Amino acid sequence: MTDTSFVRHEMLAEQAPPLTSVGVIGWLRANLFSNWWNSILTVLSLVFIVYILSGLIPWTFQSVWVADSLNECREIMIATWGDTHGHACWAVIRERWLQLTFGFYPSELYWRPILAFVLLIIAIGPVLFPGFPRQALYVTAAYPFLMPWLMWGGTIWGPLMVAAGFAIGYFAHRFIEPILGGLAALIIAVLAALIWWLVLSGPVAGALGGAIPIGIEPVESRQFGGFMLSIMIGVVAIGVSLPIGIVLALGRQSDLLIVKAICVGFIEFIRGVPLITLLFVASTLLNIFLPPGTNFDIILRVMIMVTLFAAAYMAEVIRGGLAALPKGQYEGADSLGLDYWQSQRLIIMPQALKISIPGIVSTFIGIFKDTVLVSIIGLLDPLGLSNAIRADAAWNGIYWELFAFIGAMFFIFCFGMSRYSMYLERRLRTDHR
Amino acid sequence: MTTLTDPPKESFRLSMLIYDTRYRSMTIQVVAMMGFMLLAAWLINNTLTNLATLGKPIDFGFFSEPASYDINQRLLEYDSRDSHLRASFVGLLNTLVVAVLGCITATVVGVLVGVLRLSPNWLVARLMTIYVEMFRNVPVLLWIVLVMAVLIESLPAPRAFRGEDPAATMSFFDSVAVTNRGVYVPEPLFSRSLGDISVFGEASLRFNISLDLILILIVLGASIFAIRWNSKRANAIQEATGDRPTTWHVNLGLLVVPTAVVLVALGFHLGYPALKGFNFQGGTHMRNSLIALWLALSLYTAAFIAEIVRGGILAISKGQTEAAGALGLRPNRIMSLVVLPQALRVIIPPLISNYLNLTKNSSLAIAVGYMDITGTLGGITMNQTGRELECVLLLMLVYLSISLLISAVMNWYNNKVKLVER
Amino acid sequence: MPSHYRETGPEADETAFIRVENQEEVNMKKSVILGALAVAGLAAGAAHAATVDDIKARGKLNCGVTTGLVGFAAPDAAGEWMGFDVGVCRAVAAAVLDDPTAVEFVPTTGKTRFTALASGEIDMLARNTTWTFSRDVDLKFTFVGVNYYDGQGFMVPRELGVSSAKDLDGATVCIQTGTTTELNLADFFRSNNISYEPVPIETNAEAQQQYLAGACDVFTTDASGLAATRATFEAPDDHVLLPEIISKEPLGPLVRHGDDEWGDIVRWTLNALITAEELGVTSANIGDMAAAAGNNPEVNRLLGTEGNLGEMLGLPADWAVKAISVAGNYGELFEKNIGENTPIGLARGLNAQWTDGGLIYSPPFR
Repeated sequence: MTDTSFVRHEMLAEQAPPLTSVGVIGWLRANLFSNWWNSILTVLSLVFIVYILSGLIPWTFQSVWVADSLNECREIMIATWGDTHGHACWAVIRERWLQLTFGFYPSELYWRPILAFVLLIIAIGPVLFPGFPRQALYVTAAYPFLMPWLMWGGTIWGPLMVAAGFAIGYFAHRFIEPILGGLAALIIAVLAALIWWLVLSGPVAGALGGAIPIGIEPVESRQFGGFMLSIMIGVVAIGVSLPIGIVLALGRQSDLLIVKAICVGFIEFIRGVPLITLLFVASTLLNIFLPPGTNFDIILRVMIMVTLFAAAYMAEVIRGGLAALPKGQYEGADSLGLDYWQSQRLIIMPQALKISIPGIVSTFIGIFKDTVLVSIIGLLDPLGLSNAIRADAAWNGIYWELFAFIGAMFFIFCFGMSRYSMYLERRLRTDHR
Repeated sequence: MTTLTDPPKESFRLSMLIYDTRYRSMTIQVVAMMGFMLLAAWLINNTLTNLATLGKPIDFGFFSEPASYDINQRLLEYDSRDSHLRASFVGLLNTLVVAVLGCITATVVGVLVGVLRLSPNWLVARLMTIYVEMFRNVPVLLWIVLVMAVLIESLPAPRAFRGEDPAATMSFFDSVAVTNRGVYVPEPLFSRSLGDISVFGEASLRFNISLDLILILIVLGASIFAIRWNSKRANAIQEATGDRPTTWHVNLGLLVVPTAVVLVALGFHLGYPALKGFNFQGGTHMRNSLIALWLALSLYTAAFIAEIVRGGILAISKGQTEAAGALGLRPNRIMSLVVLPQALRVIIPPLISNYLNLTKNSSLAIAVGYMDITGTLGGITMNQTGRELECVLLLMLVYLSISLLISAVMNWYNNKVKLVER
Repeated sequence: MPSHYRETGPEADETAFIRVENQEEVNMKKSVILGALAVAGLAAGAAHAATVDDIKARGKLNCGVTTGLVGFAAPDAAGEWMGFDVGVCRAVAAAVLDDPTAVEFVPTTGKTRFTALASGEIDMLARNTTWTFSRDVDLKFTFVGVNYYDGQGFMVPRELGVSSAKDLDGATVCIQTGTTTELNLADFFRSNNISYEPVPIETNAEAQQQYLAGACDVFTTDASGLAATRATFEAPDDHVLLPEIISKEPLGPLVRHGDDEWGDIVRWTLNALITAEELGVTSANIGDMAAAAGNNPEVNRLLGTEGNLGEMLGLPADWAVKAISVAGNYGELFEKNIGENTPIGLARGLNAQWTDGGLIYSPPFR
């Protein structure tokens, strides 16, 4: 035997990985050129990107920001670059962005929609973000009354009277329940609130308004426009449709045949027709369906129809939330001896609504995007305003810039909300697994 | 004497309607029903009162009056002397055309994008993400208007094709003209045509069916039947002897020869579009409004479908793929035999609702002047006759029927796919 | 709300009752905003008062205009509506409410305008609407007069070398949908036995875009609209208006059937503007002329320095003075918004006073 050994006694020094598999080259190879098919795709994508950007970047940045009319824009372009093609005239946005944002809202009152928007964020904060100060819930409770007052203005007594209706209903329920039981108390409470709203609140508000006239300058809803209108319609529709949607979803799940049939019929009808037909109803028929002499202005009518539209979708979202709850939750509630409303209020709804939040957010995104349809019936939302702006002799013939601005604004809003919704889904998923 | 008596019969008290669970649900239902009926009666009463005040009782008579307007893109013959009903019918078919085309393209693009978003190619995946986010987060109406504007601005006008040295030329050997008014393509013509059969005579819903087309379809059907029979025979021989006779040449012959014979017999030739006067004449064409609507709806819906497809594929656990790989299946077989069938069950229900959305969104045709049912019945007809109630209700009814039909068909299909699960 | 009502200034006593009623309505509206849809039922009680009383109670005139047509109605950057039709609205508001800014402009489309008027959402419609038999009789509107005599014309690019509409066989025609133009167009081509391909478009701005890009050969709409549109082109001289005018389009303000008092007010406000031009009353000299009765009895009657025409309308004696002072007489309105010195550059043509050979003719103030 020789002492020849083929066993290595010491470790080899680590070698750097081949240049082709690390660093930039390695990353490129792994992610862009892993095989011939991917290489082709990469090259095609690059060509596409370069093509788009080569047109878009000069258009966006070699542009005119200060001009009073499209013709002036064109003169400046010719003076600067020699031609009018491939250059944006952002001057129109510079001149009209306030109008595109607030519509015809009186400019000295812009603080009101802005305040309403800030309050909106505070109001939904506690619902959307776990770390938000809980005190904000007071704002949430007050918001449904505060927002219309801020936006429409007028006497403070109107919204207060409406709020008082809820208080009356609540106290009626509190006091009658021990005497007559749950259902009767509920019916009486609802009746009391309705009577208050329909019969008493008007004169009382009038009297109070006469005695203590607290109010801010009223603004007609016709003066709403631009993105403010879109957001308003979206927020009102989602806010009001939430309770309606809950009722419809419960109705659809209920064992009561007639109630179920009515709810299913309503939901499927609304979901089966395009929003534009509902807007036609708002613009041409709603007044015919209501008692003679009733007259809301068109924006209120649109809000009503969009709310009904949203309610059907909301009902389906909440039904999804209800269906996602394990059956044990229902059985647990029953075994505790809770009645239907108690179990809904204490056990089912809090969980179902929490699961539904991503769905509600996407419904909101959908409704918010759909609000541009109101331009078809002549409302001046951003898209409708773009037509009105083009009817101004100064800006006749301009459109890419307006479309780009409107599209970008919608993108920022909706993208932000959809990101939030995804974040929420991730958070909820960890909660439930 | 004491006799056993039945326990005292509980007399019915009115309060039991509320407190006794046996009756309570009944009470609620009756109350709900009454409330619903009252609401309906109230609405109908209001409507009738208002209509009487306006002097416009419900009347569908206007449907038989001449429509007096023209429609540019249509499947049926129509002119301005035809009735409003006929115009609505033309519009309905236009709605269906764009809905069907849109659903097909949206599915193809959506699946492609959904798969590519999962591609290992970093750039492609990012690009697809940008596409999806851009389309999902901007209103579809804006996309429709934008695509229309792009088509109008970027494509050449027909007059660019004119002259000695035209600025634009026709593509595909001078057979297809792409203009900013639409795309003109050759049309099939038959010099020894069998003619048409006219269905419904002179009624508003009349339409013609080309006998040539029927004949070709019959022959094609027969060929396919023969091919299946031939394949079955080959299978039988393979079962019996272990050798499979080559079938492809017979199948190809069965498919091509009879059809070709029929086409020649009918005198098939193509009618090419040519620039005459203001426009291309001859051939058949698809107007820009249709293309813009179709493209925008497809791309918009495809962005949603892509997300659904991606979600569906991701929902299939990786173990499935690995197990299939362990069985020795190749990647494309894994996709088609293992992953997709399972993913489909996740994909189909949301896919249905996207098809519904696309169909409903097609009502935005009005923004680009494509004469769908909203443009005819809910647009010009409503406007010219002033019959808003009748037109809008009918319009809703039409969309509702289409929606319910699509849901029904797709649910049936969904249930079929579901059965496999068991 | 009370402050709002105080702004409208002193009103006749009988409106006080309505004011209270309206106050209730406003409060109800508030509730509706908050989603109590059922409230609508109660508003039913409010009787439909005369339009002019409604307007006075409201303190605002609701006037339907287009969503935007160059020269006729469009909002500027400050949200102020400008234009020829807008001028008519403002004159009526000045006559009734003594405040030309007390107008709520309601943008309407070709589709929504008639329902908006019929449902009472707007008090009058000044949206270059053609006076036709069926709109008057079947749709039940009262056209109070004509503020612009128009007709449907054609515009084509000069390079096409077309000189007559009869040469348009096979052409692609852009039309604004929802108006009488598409019916006229169908009739014209049909009666001349030539074919065409219609491209219906919702708004004038989009029609213009398509026309300029060559997506249609011809743009047809009212001749005034064509001129207005052409004026804003980058190169207006590259386009010609064809000589044919294929329809009569008398455009004018309209109100609902059934309230003749209100119809009279709008009619005579328009007539006052027209008569003012005829009699040489302008925004410049109206102050002097209205200060004291002059030599011309008709001017005196018009301006309320003589007779009681205002009272007959239920308006103050100087109603016409207010209407005319807003932006001047008919001719001044025309010149300022669509006349030859504006970018739109329309000649008076048919719309000259009858004394100048035009059709603008007001019945006498007597």
